[in-house]
Amino acid sequence: MGGYGDVQMIDENGLRVDGRGPADIRPVSIETGVIPVADGSARVIWGTNHAVAAVYGPMEAHPRKIQRQDRAVLDVRYNMAPFSTTDRMRPGFNRRSREISKVTADALESVVLLEMYPRSKIRIEIEILTAEAGTRCVGLTAASVALAHAGIPMTDMVVSVASGKINDVVVCDLNKEEDNYGEADLPMGILPNTGELVFLQMDGDLSPAEFQEAWDYNMEAALVVHQIMVEALKGGDA
Amino acid sequence: MMDGRLRATKHGRVNEKGSEVAIEPFRTAYIPRPSDMVIGYVEGCTNNIWFIDIGAPFNAILPMSLGPGKAAFGGTRSILDIGEAVLCRVQEVEETHSSVVTMKGLGLRKIRSGNIEQVDPHLLGRLIGKGGKALSQLKEDTGCRIIVADNGRVWVDGEFDSIITVRDRLQAMSDDAKSTGVGA
Repeated sequence: MGGYGDVQMIDENGLRVDGRGPADIRPVSIETGVIPVADGSARVIWGTNHAVAAVYGPMEAHPRKIQRQDRAVLDVRYNMAPFSTTDRMRPGFNRRSREISKVTADALESVVLLEMYPRSKIRIEIEILTAEAGTRCVGLTAASVALAHAGIPMTDMVVSVASGKINDVVVCDLNKEEDNYGEADLPMGILPNTGELVFLQMDGDLSPAEFQEAWDYNMEAALVVHQIMVEALKGGDA
Repeated sequence: MMDGRLRATKHGRVNEKGSEVAIEPFRTAYIPRPSDMVIGYVEGCTNNIWFIDIGAPFNAILPMSLGPGKAAFGGTRSILDIGEAVLCRVQEVEETHSSVVTMKGLGLRKIRSGNIEQVDPHLLGRLIGKGGKALSQLKEDTGCRIIVADNGRVWVDGEFDSIITVRDRLQAMSDDAKSTGVGA
């Protein structure tokens, strides 16, 4: 991050490498019910990113030591398929997937009404099939649609979007090149109905003004994506 | 309530009746209530208790005193072994959501024959129909013995072909409900 500042990624008309304007997000499509055996599932295709999330439960939490007497626990597993990237991804947990699993669980814990299912566990599996920048956002978005599809009570759905900075210009929804050679990245998890924030990470440097701009881009994009999520849930299963 | 607006916490269809607003969820986990008849699988046992998976977020316990027969202390597995299915009734549900089931009662027994199918609990109303009409029609059409338990498990026994017919009908009903996005 922040390395190759001299790589030109915005042309004189203000268009980015894939022809988008600074505030545009990549095309998003969402389907529900893609895994029939799961209690709830969703597939999110966001640009070239491809994520599938499945939700099982609420179920008895095993081993018993993970049970909480007053609420359910979320067991989130984020994983990238070995073929999801051009360099083969070594299968299994690594530091990165462990971190993303944790932040995803933390973000979702603030919307799921966990106290309704004490001592139980809700299992959320997120699999990234194709990765092209912003997979944690896509994974979190897929997980919230899958939770809603599973009929888990929630106060809101989390929409996750990232903005960043390339060539000193703040842009929304970074793609692969912008993520690799850009100067900053700001993924956020947003509750679109209230505008509350449940997840925020930042990589690189942003000035307060740039931060505010990225924030506004994320908030706007979240509303757009939320609409697509709602439509997907209304449309019935794939 | 949020900003003076009602906000649903579950994904479902809105039902408005006069001044009441309710959500009919599309999917929901089974939550046991006392006196529900359920089909459970034995998941584990101790010297005098069986743990029964009734499809709820929490396993139910079946104490020896409420079990199907008498056995010596430590003889639970000789009566009900792990993996076996039982028809039982929810006796009580505690505040902590742990529940106790009983097998003392009319018709409650170990299931030795037939097939167990799974239907989403909120679709049971649709399966049974008004006054049990749809269910008795299904029984009549196929000649199967069918027990619909409150946790969404359906026991079907009869001729092989009839069981397959019932199974297909249940599947069609679930698919139909899912594709149209309509609840019970």
